[in-house]
Amino acid sequence: MMRNLLQGRRFIGFALLFLFLALLPLPLSRSPKGEYYLHIIILVLLYAYLSTAWNILGGYAGQHSLGNGLYLGAGAYVSTILFLKLGLTPWVGMWIAGAAAALLGWFVGYVCFRYGLKGGYFALVTIALAEAAVYLTTNIRWLGGARGLEVTWMGHRPLLMQFEGKTGYYYIILVMAALSILYTAWLDRQRFGYYLVAVRENERAADALGVDPLKIKTQANVVSAFMTGLGGTFFAQYYTYIHPRLVFGEGPSVQILLFAIIGGLGTVWGPAVGALILVPIAEFARAQLGGSFAGAPLLLYGAVLMVVMLFMPHGILGVVESVMEKVGHRGKAATGERASE
Amino acid sequence: MSITLSFPLLAQAFVSGIMLGGVFALIAIGLTLIWGVMGIINFAHGEFLMVGMYIAYFLAARTGLDPYFTILVTVPALFLIGAGIFRVNIQPVLKDPVMNQILLTVGLMLVLQNLALVLFTATPLSLDNPYNKMIFNVGPVVIPLSNLLGFVGSLLGVAILWWFLRYTDMGRAIRAASQNREAATLMGIDVRRTYLVAFGIGSACVGLAASLMIPFYYVAPLVGAFLGLVAFIVVILGGMGNVLGALVGGLIIGLTETMGAAILPGSLSRVLTFAIFILVLLFRPQGIFGRRQA
Repeated sequence: MMRNLLQGRRFIGFALLFLFLALLPLPLSRSPKGEYYLHIIILVLLYAYLSTAWNILGGYAGQHSLGNGLYLGAGAYVSTILFLKLGLTPWVGMWIAGAAAALLGWFVGYVCFRYGLKGGYFALVTIALAEAAVYLTTNIRWLGGARGLEVTWMGHRPLLMQFEGKTGYYYIILVMAALSILYTAWLDRQRFGYYLVAVRENERAADALGVDPLKIKTQANVVSAFMTGLGGTFFAQYYTYIHPRLVFGEGPSVQILLFAIIGGLGTVWGPAVGALILVPIAEFARAQLGGSFAGAPLLLYGAVLMVVMLFMPHGILGVVESVMEKVGHRGKAATGERASE
Repeated sequence: MSITLSFPLLAQAFVSGIMLGGVFALIAIGLTLIWGVMGIINFAHGEFLMVGMYIAYFLAARTGLDPYFTILVTVPALFLIGAGIFRVNIQPVLKDPVMNQILLTVGLMLVLQNLALVLFTATPLSLDNPYNKMIFNVGPVVIPLSNLLGFVGSLLGVAILWWFLRYTDMGRAIRAASQNREAATLMGIDVRRTYLVAFGIGSACVGLAASLMIPFYYVAPLVGAFLGLVAFIVVILGGMGNVLGALVGGLIIGLTETMGAAILPGSLSRVLTFAIFILVLLFRPQGIFGRRQA
């Protein structure tokens, strides 16, 4: 009874947040710097979304991929090539992109987990695969080589996922981010979600209890890669330009996992909280310091990552939770629950 | 794309690959020492090399110092940098989960790369020096003196390290601590100090490599990103903590890089390098010479 009520209340909170974000472009459109703020919010949502996708395998199942740029790039390249060569609208292309990324995710997951790669070894293989994708696409002229691909601007054509201004893109990524968070919240109470946590906490015990770790981890990677591939299509449409390092490189790969880790691994809201706090700071730093400081965001991210690993390995939500516990709030507060412990 | 294969080209690629492989081995041995002794996978290892290369570059370019004399600065400097970073960043997380340690060094990697980007911009720098222009002709093969010295210097470095680990008290302590931390502590070995020294020496290896490379290799903020991955590949090939394995692994990857570049168009040889890496990780994660551990 209590639990249902709480869930209902949490759902209302989520709906209110969504409504607030959905109405946000209205006041912003009157502000002179509205487009710029909208851009930052789009980035927050994009990284919240990508990091939420990463969190399914990385946070819940505890397998840290350092190369999710592979799926981002696959998604971006597939839908862009379909658009450029066949004129296929990205609205359709994104599903093919997602499917392609999911297929890659299945292959990577199955092969790696079949051979029992874990921890640092899994991380290294995922980096190597993403790096291999960088050099592979760089050498395929058909895919634009090192120069990459430009999504031809056809004017304001919502049917081609091209919009004048940023509002159209904003609503797309808002819906994607909201759905990804809803999915994780749902996962949190599903059998599949419990299996993921069981595999993370003790693979052998899970195995002994009839959970097939290979199957579970591979499935998690497929879901995660599928979502990341969809995000790749959005990435390409929003930036209108992609090149191998931009999507497959270590920049996106590291950023994708960063927000989940800093926000709180294996939590519903961790990735969003991490992105919400860090992306604006990094973007303002970039804007303030200008071109002379091209590395500012990644420099900041690196420093924050070090500090978090040294002093709060459970991320921001981990700190919030332990503070809440000390204050005396029993149970799990509305700040989002940790999936385990 | 026309691919022309000729004996002189392949012979040149072979010799260049061996030379490059020696340096790769030295870099990788620094990494494998740290990894093997304390189980820390240092993702910033390539960035330490980058730092060393900038030190060597600016010392040689600004003061006119012979690039090989920069060894006297880069080796101690990298030892201190490594030991300092160990003390401040690594030691506190020694007992944390492996992924936390990895992420910490990934953070360090990002900081060093982007700090270099801010300080030196992305433009690659190459040191103008006589060693690069002195050339030996052996049959159809051209060997610049700088590459030869890089190879010989790396082998010397590896030999010294091997001797150090084998015959000095500190070296024995490091090996003991890597085999069994508790037993080493019981034998009166200060494991923490041993780790500190091992981390310093592992970093000093890339200091030496930096000075040996700067006469023939460019330096840029991201130079360590690829060379660091190469070091990982070599370590996995040779087996973690295996000095001789790393030497063979270094030669294999050096040859893959140069022979691949001679045979495949563009930078596809890199794809080959990563393919070897992935296959070895999947099928022989203990390395070519390693024994499977229970």
